[in-house]
Amino acid sequence: MSSFSVTEPSRRLKWIAGLLVVGYALVTLMPLMWIIATGFKSSSDSIAYPPKVVFEPTLEGYVNLFTVQNRASPEQLAANPPETWYEQIVHDKGMMISGPSRFGERFMNSVIIGFGSTFLSVFLGTLAAYGFSRYRVPLKDDLLFFILSTRMMPPIAVAIPIFLMFRATGLSDTHAGMILLYTAVNLSLAVWLLKGFIDEIPREYEEAALIDGYTRFQAFYKVVLPQAATGIASTAIFCLIFAWNEYAFAVLLTSGTAQTAPPFIPTIIGSSGRDWPAVSAGATLFLLPVIVFTILLRKHLLRGITFGAVRK
Amino acid sequence: MAEVRLAGVTKSFGTTPAVIDMDMSMGHGEFMVLLGPTGAGKTTTLRLIAGLETPERGDILIDGRSVVGETPAQRDVAMVFQQYSLYPHMTVRENLAFPLRSPVLRTPPDEVRRKVQQVAETLQIAHKLDNKATALSGGEMQRVSIGRALVRDPALFLMDEPLSSLDAKLRADLRVELKRIHAELGATLLYVTHDQIEAMTMATRIGVLENGRLVQIGTPREIYEQPLNLYVASRLGQPRINVLPANLFPGAPAGAGTIALRPEHIRIGQGRPASVVRIEHLGDQTRLHLVLEGHPVVTLSEPDLDLEPGDTLPIEPVNALYFDAAGARIA
Ligand SMILES: Nc1ncnc2c1ncn2[C@@H]1O[C@H](COP(=O)(O)OP(=O)(O)O)[C@@H](O)[C@H]1O
Ligand SMILES: [Mg+2]
Repeated sequence: MSSFSVTEPSRRLKWIAGLLVVGYALVTLMPLMWIIATGFKSSSDSIAYPPKVVFEPTLEGYVNLFTVQNRASPEQLAANPPETWYEQIVHDKGMMISGPSRFGERFMNSVIIGFGSTFLSVFLGTLAAYGFSRYRVPLKDDLLFFILSTRMMPPIAVAIPIFLMFRATGLSDTHAGMILLYTAVNLSLAVWLLKGFIDEIPREYEEAALIDGYTRFQAFYKVVLPQAATGIASTAIFCLIFAWNEYAFAVLLTSGTAQTAPPFIPTIIGSSGRDWPAVSAGATLFLLPVIVFTILLRKHLLRGITFGAVRK
Repeated sequence: MAEVRLAGVTKSFGTTPAVIDMDMSMGHGEFMVLLGPTGAGKTTTLRLIAGLETPERGDILIDGRSVVGETPAQRDVAMVFQQYSLYPHMTVRENLAFPLRSPVLRTPPDEVRRKVQQVAETLQIAHKLDNKATALSGGEMQRVSIGRALVRDPALFLMDEPLSSLDAKLRADLRVELKRIHAELGATLLYVTHDQIEAMTMATRIGVLENGRLVQIGTPREIYEQPLNLYVASRLGQPRINVLPANLFPGAPAGAGTIALRPEHIRIGQGRPASVVRIEHLGDQTRLHLVLEGHPVVTLSEPDLDLEPGDTLPIEPVNALYFDAAGARIA
C-alpha cells in the first residue's frame, strides 16, 4: 500500500476536485454564455424552439442596439442605397436608420455615475477609516455602529423619502444626485472594509516616517496609502459593482438626462417585444467594464482576500 | 551629538504606569543602555524622547532645549524600532534614502546616492540595495533599519532592542559592529534591551529599569559590583546570582535579610556542607548545581573537578552582598 501525506491530496482526489470545479463553472457561466451568444443571433434564431446552440452569427442585435430605425417603402430603400455594413444589415430587413439610439448616452451615464460614486466612496472612506483607525475619536464605537446601521435597511425601503428629497432639492434625474446617492449607500461599506485594512497596518511605519522627518499627512500619503492599496482596490470593486448594477433607485429617480443603463436595457426590447439580440448585446456590453475593472485590480483583490493570513 | 536630559518624566496608559518620575542625563557621545525585562517601560521611554508619546509630567531636554512641545521631526532624533522596521512597499535603497529625502533634510540626489551607498557598505548590505525590503533575512532587515538611522546625522540615536530578533551569531557580530560605528561617529546613543550581555558589552553606562522606574545608573562594572538593591543584582551575571537567607552563613551584618552570592563570591573547600545535584558542562564554563539546606545554589567550578551527584562539598561566602528585608543593599 502506498503512503499518503496529509498536505498533498491524491491524484484521484485532485481529478474529482477538478471535475467539480469545471462542472460548477459550467453551471454558473452558462447563462452568461447564453447572453453573449444571443447578442449575435438573428431575432428569429433567438426565440427559436428548440433553442439553437449552433447558429449563423450576425451583428444585427448590436446595430439595433445603437440605432433607431424606421420601416421604409421600396422606393425610399432604392433611393438610399446602403453605404456601410450596418446600413446594409438594416436595409436587408426593409428598414432605414433614422439616427443613433440612446444606448451610448445611457452607458456613459452609467460610467460617470458608477465610477464617480466609486471614487468618492473610496476617497471619503479611506480618510474616515484612517481617522477611526488612528485617532481617539469621541464616541468612536457609536459612530462606527451608526455608519454600519445605515446599511441595515434595504436601501429601497427609504425610496419614498429619498424620492421626495430629490424632488425638493432638484437632484432628481441629475448625475450629481445619483453620484451622491450611491456614495451615501456605499460609504458605510467602504469605511468598514477600509478600517479593517488600515487597522492591519502597524502604526510603527507611520511613526518611523514621522521620526524620519515627515509630517502626519505625508506619512499617511507615502507610507499608509501604498500599503492600503489592496484594501482600496477591493473596496473599489465592491462599490463599483453595487453602483453599476443598481436598478431600483435608477428606475425611480432617473428618466432622461441621468438615466443609467440598467433601467434602459429592458426598454430596448422594442415595440415588437422580440428584439432579444439587442437586449443581449446591451447586457454584454454592460458587463464588460466591471469585468475589465476587476481583472485590472485582480492581483490586489486576491491579496486582499488572503490579507492577514500572509502578513503575520 | 547632543546632551540629553530627562527630568521627572512620567507617563501612564490609563491606570498602568509605564514610566515613573524618570531622571536621567546623557553626555555627548555616550552609549547609554537601559536594561529591563519586558514591560519595564523601555519602549515607552524611547517613544517619549522621540516625540511619539507626550509625558504627563516632567521635561525632556536635548542640548538644553525643551523638546516636549516639538514634533518628532523637529527633535532631530533617529530611532530603530523593535519590529516592523522597514517600509515593506519600498526597496532597500528607497528605505535608506527615505529619511534623507524628507522635507526637513531635502538632500540633493547625488548626496543621497553617495550616503546610501556608504551606509550600505558599512553594514554589508550593498549587494541587496535593489531588493524589496520584504525579500531580506531577519538579520539583513535589522541592518537596513539600523542603516536608516545611520544615513542621517541626528542629535541622538534611539534603538529599541534592535538585535533581539536575531540569532546568537548575528547578534554577537552586530554588537561589535554597533560599538564600532558608535566609536566612529561619536554619536550619542540610547539603547534599550532586556539582554544583559548587550548591556555589559556595549554600554558606557547602564540604567536599570524596574516597572517604569530607573533604579540605578552606572558603568557596567558599578552596576555589576555595587548593585543598589537585590533587583539590580539579579539583572546581571550568569549564572544568576544566588539569593539565600542571610543567617545561612555566620557573619551576616546586623539587619541583613538576604545574602546574595555570585559564583565568584563562593569559595569551595570549607564552610557549610552542600550536596551536588547536577553538573553542567557548557564548554566555556562548568556549572555546579548544589543544594544547601534545601536552598538551590548554582556556581561555577573547574571543568576537571571530580564530582558526582550526591557528593557533599563545603562552601562559604567571600565578599558577598547583603540586603535588608526590603531588598536594599546594606553591605
Ligand atoms: N499603547 C499602550 N497602551 C497601553 N499600555 C501600554 C501601551 N504601551 C505600553 N503600555 C504598557 O506600559 C508598560 C511599559 O511598556 P513598554 O514601554 O512597552 O515596556 P518594554 O518596552 O520595556 O517592554 C507595560 O505595562 C505596557 O503594557
Ligand atoms: Mg519594548
